[in-house]
Amino acid sequence: MTETKLLRKESLGPLLQRLRQGGRRIVAPCQAGQTNTVWFREVDGDEQIDLERFTVASAKSVVFPIVEEILKFKTIGRQVTIQNGTPRVESTVVVGLRPCDARGLEVLDAVFLGEPQDLFFRKRREATTLITLSCSKADENCFCTSVGGGPGDTRGSDLLLTPVQDDRFLVEVLTPKGAQIVEVGAELFEAVEADATQVPNKERFLASVPVRFSLSDVEAKLPRLFDREEFWHEQSLACLGCSTCAFVCPACSCFDIQDEGALHGGRRLRCWDSCGQKLFTLHASGHNPRSIQSQRWRQRIMHKFSYLPDRSRITPDAAGRPGVFGCVGCGRCSRACPAGMNIIERLTAIAEAEL
Amino acid sequence: MIQAMETLRKRAQELLETGTVQLIIGYAEGSNGRVRPLFARRTEDLENLVIDERCSLNLAVYLRKPEVRALGKPGIVATSAVLRSILQLAAENHLNGLEPLYLALDGSGEVVELTTPDQIAAHLAKLGPAAPQFSTVDLEGMDRAARFGFWQNEFDRCIRCYACRASCPMCYCDQCLVECNQPQWIPVPAHAVGNLEWHISRAMHLAGRCVECGACTAACPVGIPLNLINHHLADLIEKKFGGRAGTSVNLDYPLSVFRADDREDFIK
Amino acid sequence: MSEFEPKIIAFVCNWCTYAGADLTGTSRMKYAHNVRVIRTPCTGRIDYMLILKAFAAGADGVIVSGCHPGDCHYTSGNYHARRRWMVFRSLLDFLGIDVERIRFTWVSAAEGAKWAEVVNSTVAAIRRLGPYDEYRQLQDKGIDSSFVAPANEPASSNEATGTRM
Repeated sequence: MTETKLLRKESLGPLLQRLRQGGRRIVAPCQAGQTNTVWFREVDGDEQIDLERFTVASAKSVVFPIVEEILKFKTIGRQVTIQNGTPRVESTVVVGLRPCDARGLEVLDAVFLGEPQDLFFRKRREATTLITLSCSKADENCFCTSVGGGPGDTRGSDLLLTPVQDDRFLVEVLTPKGAQIVEVGAELFEAVEADATQVPNKERFLASVPVRFSLSDVEAKLPRLFDREEFWHEQSLACLGCSTCAFVCPACSCFDIQDEGALHGGRRLRCWDSCGQKLFTLHASGHNPRSIQSQRWRQRIMHKFSYLPDRSRITPDAAGRPGVFGCVGCGRCSRACPAGMNIIERLTAIAEAEL
Repeated sequence: MIQAMETLRKRAQELLETGTVQLIIGYAEGSNGRVRPLFARRTEDLENLVIDERCSLNLAVYLRKPEVRALGKPGIVATSAVLRSILQLAAENHLNGLEPLYLALDGSGEVVELTTPDQIAAHLAKLGPAAPQFSTVDLEGMDRAARFGFWQNEFDRCIRCYACRASCPMCYCDQCLVECNQPQWIPVPAHAVGNLEWHISRAMHLAGRCVECGACTAACPVGIPLNLINHHLADLIEKKFGGRAGTSVNLDYPLSVFRADDREDFIK
Repeated sequence: MSEFEPKIIAFVCNWCTYAGADLTGTSRMKYAHNVRVIRTPCTGRIDYMLILKAFAAGADGVIVSGCHPGDCHYTSGNYHARRRWMVFRSLLDFLGIDVERIRFTWVSAAEGAKWAEVVNSTVAAIRRLGPYDEYRQLQDKGIDSSFVAPANEPASSNEATGTRM
């Protein structure tokens, strides 16, 4: 049963300050350097949190860091000592992520919390609380409603804030972690009046995100489109094969393991990787099963809209959810792509393809 | 400008209709007010053709995609940045076998057709120097420690997506330095050392070859001012060794030639 | 507190500077002990990244030295090296790396005394500049790790990361 409260917008800062004083790290969107872009950053309180603009990248680096050390080793003589890393986990609150970001973390759950469980991911995930912000604005790259989400979707969040009238947020307390935040905030939160007319109608304040294509058509048609080389060729002509889409995506989870060091010692690192790169599938023999960009583009789409949902139906994720798609409709890939690839157009073409 | 656009569109259509080219590579309206590349095979595809100050993606980069080359002889809607890249690619013998036709706008908005490097060089000379696209940061006024702090701050945001490399026509290596693991000279992960070594290596590999089109800076999703680095080296090389990339097809690669009287002030 | 002893790496060419350093020794000239010499066939072979790798590995200063222009054993290796260094040094300076810590010299096989002077003056200069911790600290930056203390805690030893000379 979801509890609902109200929070004045001006009380958000004090709430975060209390959480900080209680030992939690606060991560929120703020402007990066002199650029006109917004990023999830750890905020000490002095930075201006930007709750208006979309961040360039997702919040996934909080639970899936861009570079993390998983072990180190030392050699003295013939003696090798290995120390396993454990994530240096700090209790973290991410505030200002969007419903699509929260659902993105659920996709990562499907990957990292299956069998075997990724210890590093799990510990970070357990230590992270999500205060999600509903979207009152969307742009033409948003398509959350086409993939089962929405601008006020509660899935995956601990608290969902929706900006409503009178400079307040409607606060939906969705999980015990969320309830803990409310406890810390105590009197900063206002009760919602028992009188039904006082309860803000959340829907009124949400952005309108039209459904752009049929997800079930996409999933149904993909296996039969696999061999249509010309089709994938056309879709990916503009693609330059960088890693931008994968890295800004809330649902992408591919990684590389890199060992660094020398004979006397070193470390093993996990870092992000992308299937868009030629090197991703290059075999030691020199053979590359995805040697051209159209094959890599096809892989990206198939993985997100065919393989992942297929596999997750066979093996539901840790929370027992079947049919997870690898896309939450946030549109970041389209916004960040240097070559202007537009994923809505691509998916629409798939959904409407003639078989 | 609208008139020039119309003329450009008509000419592009004619070229396709007459079979002079099989493909027009240009820019079209994209989403969120941006432009994106257009690969027009039919005249109808050219309805959305645009050319304006938003066209920072360097279309010359598509000449290295075999899938694009396979579409046939291209006509390329070319900004001066694209034309400079073409000259530099020609100087590096990297255009062999390809004879695109370039549609460009001259200073008065007339559409000109260019085919040979000499024509391109003459056209560029007439246009004069391009206006700087990106704001500059006064790094000269900073001391060393401040500069180090500035760049560390910038590279801190680098996620090693390689959008800079992917959008650069001069980064045409089949196997990039960072993709070699015997040895792994440049670290793969996006940590401080890796990012610094990557950007230094890329700047060095572009020294004397970068035509300052700005595509890398526009492509970077985190807004690192890469143009500043490449501009610094382009200026240095012109001052010390003469010549500037993208101005002539007869340009030697400055780091593979030398003069016995190269002058420096730091070797004792 | 003992005085800081700089660690200097020297990339030298075999035919001139290495031979010159040999001469310094055979002439029984005393000079600072802080240099580790790496012999290459020619300065033209020296990859500019080696200089940065030396800093990353713990060097506080780097010497790069070869034949005088015109005297290269391979005719033109040092001319190529000179151009390379002009560009690289300017790039490093632009990015805020301390180029005062890099000494470029021409030392011939006959210049035993010069080699001693180069080493002594470089060691003295680096001693004044102090250890190049600013660069070494980059090793652990940008990595989420259970072994690395956050920025405001005292730095741990470098053993974990294998940066040892």
